[in-house]
Amino acid sequence: MNGTGNIVALKPFPDAARLELSDAQLRANLRRATHTIRDKRLRVVGEVDDWEELRRAGAAIKDDVLARLPELLEQFEAAATRAGAVVHWARDAAEACEIVTRLVLQTAAREVVKVKSMATQEIGLNEALEAVGIEATETDLAELIVQLAGDTPSHILVPAIHYNRSQIRDIFLSKMPGVLAGLTDDPPALAEAARKHLRAKFLSATVGVSGANFAIAETGTLVVVESEGNGRMCLTLPETLISVVGIEKILPSFSELEVFLQLLPRSSTGERMNPYTSMWTGVTPGDGPRTTHIVLIDNGRTAVLEDEVGRQALRCIRCSACLNVCPVYERVGGHAYGSVYPGPIGAILSPQMTGGGANKTLPYASSLCGACFDACPVRIDIPEVLVHLRQKGPKPAAERAAFRALSWIMRDRRRYAAALRAARRGSAPLRGFGRLRRLPWPASAWTDSRDVPLPPKQTFREWWTKR
Amino acid sequence: MRIALFITCVNDLMYPDTGKAVVSILERLGHTVDFPAAQTCCGQMHANSGYRAEAMPMVRGFVDTFRDYDAVVAPSGSCVAMVRDSYPRLALGDSDLESGVAKVAPRTYELAELLVDVLGVTDLGAVFPHTVTYHPTCHGLRMLRLGDKPLALLRAVRGLELRELSGAEECCGFGGTFALKNSGVSSAMLADKCGAVDDTGAEYVVAADNSCLTHIGGGLSRRATSTAKPIHYAEILASTGSTS
Repeated sequence: MNGTGNIVALKPFPDAARLELSDAQLRANLRRATHTIRDKRLRVVGEVDDWEELRRAGAAIKDDVLARLPELLEQFEAAATRAGAVVHWARDAAEACEIVTRLVLQTAAREVVKVKSMATQEIGLNEALEAVGIEATETDLAELIVQLAGDTPSHILVPAIHYNRSQIRDIFLSKMPGVLAGLTDDPPALAEAARKHLRAKFLSATVGVSGANFAIAETGTLVVVESEGNGRMCLTLPETLISVVGIEKILPSFSELEVFLQLLPRSSTGERMNPYTSMWTGVTPGDGPRTTHIVLIDNGRTAVLEDEVGRQALRCIRCSACLNVCPVYERVGGHAYGSVYPGPIGAILSPQMTGGGANKTLPYASSLCGACFDACPVRIDIPEVLVHLRQKGPKPAAERAAFRALSWIMRDRRRYAAALRAARRGSAPLRGFGRLRRLPWPASAWTDSRDVPLPPKQTFREWWTKR
Repeated sequence: MRIALFITCVNDLMYPDTGKAVVSILERLGHTVDFPAAQTCCGQMHANSGYRAEAMPMVRGFVDTFRDYDAVVAPSGSCVAMVRDSYPRLALGDSDLESGVAKVAPRTYELAELLVDVLGVTDLGAVFPHTVTYHPTCHGLRMLRLGDKPLALLRAVRGLELRELSGAEECCGFGGTFALKNSGVSSAMLADKCGAVDDTGAEYVVAADNSCLTHIGGGLSRRATSTAKPIHYAEILASTGSTS
């Protein structure tokens, strides 16, 4: 089944990218931020002697999980239920939103606090809750900035990466109630303003909504990894906790978690260990939420699982290392990808989850430079999947005809040699120009910013036969 | 040792001097080089653009042409990466082709690999009294793991002054059809690469791939501030002192 929600691009990537490319401030913000995280990640990954072995272990564990997903999910459901959680299943975004909305409405609360979660972004939960009069407050600092700005996240880990700190101060001044006019753009001052704003929410909210980084099949335990501590507040203070979890988040047991707690923080924030790791299993009388719900969502994941080459995208642990090293992401930012999953991983995940539409241009949003594969802690061969999706997808008739003709020429030495000769002769009258500056469409896509050299008087094979 | 030369389509038509340089380097080292005329293109552009079926005749052609040589050398990290990294995947399911690829792919080398790893030479006696900066191309860097091999060869060249390129490991934005399909992003990547080349003040920008050099060179020649000329490192290694 194909996915729905905030993973469906509305515009082809080249069109969306053109818009973002014209924003010089955005490019400067992105360059600064991605290079900072990139350098930090390289430093801490370099400290680990067996990093390559860890990557292989992470990939192998995830592949094993994907190979026996139905069995592990049932095991998880049974264990979580035994521990006192209520497990729900959602086929797509609409169904997941309907379940969560109903659960919140069943309480007296009309306000929920949220832990930063890709799954709830993916299903568009905030909008669904708002539609029935429930106010959802993001408690992760960057998510809060984006929410206050009325914007959408543009990065998996750093949703407000497209803003610099003076832009953030302006957002706080105009959108955050009770902020003092003298607020500076000093990071501690901004964090303090957010802390004051959020504290009231934490103490009054009776329902918390989270995602999960991992779900342990053996015990029915959910795991959230975070940096700020706001997540732990949301997970422990409210009476009711609702967690929305993608079905690929399963790990068989706690011993596999060890591998990922090494891979994830170093890859995502460039830290040796993240400050807060919270785990909870069902309900415990007198401690934490009295009711816990777990909504397991498919939303296109089984469609990805069906593709033998493409399914490795489901190994993704949402660390965003691939975004931070991607030269394409660095120039255009996350919004150009038209999905909550931007960057290289988004370019292979979103089209597979949704099965088409404007997402079909995403596999071409890469120069196949391979930096993403090197950075990926679970060894997702993103370039391989990109090429595979290009192979599977539709192609323009003229392009197909051109490639067929080229293939016909290039598969035969005589035709090939003749074509080289013809190209050399055909361009001979232009040789005086040295290089070409302007060509008609579609070659104008090249000459808009680049000159074209002309072939010299002799091809290599002509030289060889005469030597 | 029977060494076969694979001259990629871009080199054959546009940069014959790179091919001539490879011949001259190997002959200077006392090796006989063969150029099997049956060769055409490696098929990378087709395969990477999503035209697998159209690439397959070229994959088969390459394997048939080169299967009996001890070593195949090409002055292109990108095309060698296609053979070594992608051919085994493309051949899956066709046992004849699989065994052909298993024979040819491990013996197909980028020039620096053949010189440093197989022939064990780094000093070719070349003379090139110029300032140069080296751009490690993506496929050479991340698929072939060429590492410092081309640099080791360049460092042994008399008179050559190597200048460090900032952000060297970042893609120049070429990426085959990417340069056309996402022209804007590609051009933005190129602008940064050209800026980094300018900052070195070097006379030449050097790489192991003429396709990337075409992109960088095409960008540099558009900029009023740029003076660096693109050159394949094989041509530097073949040089005996006169300016190319």
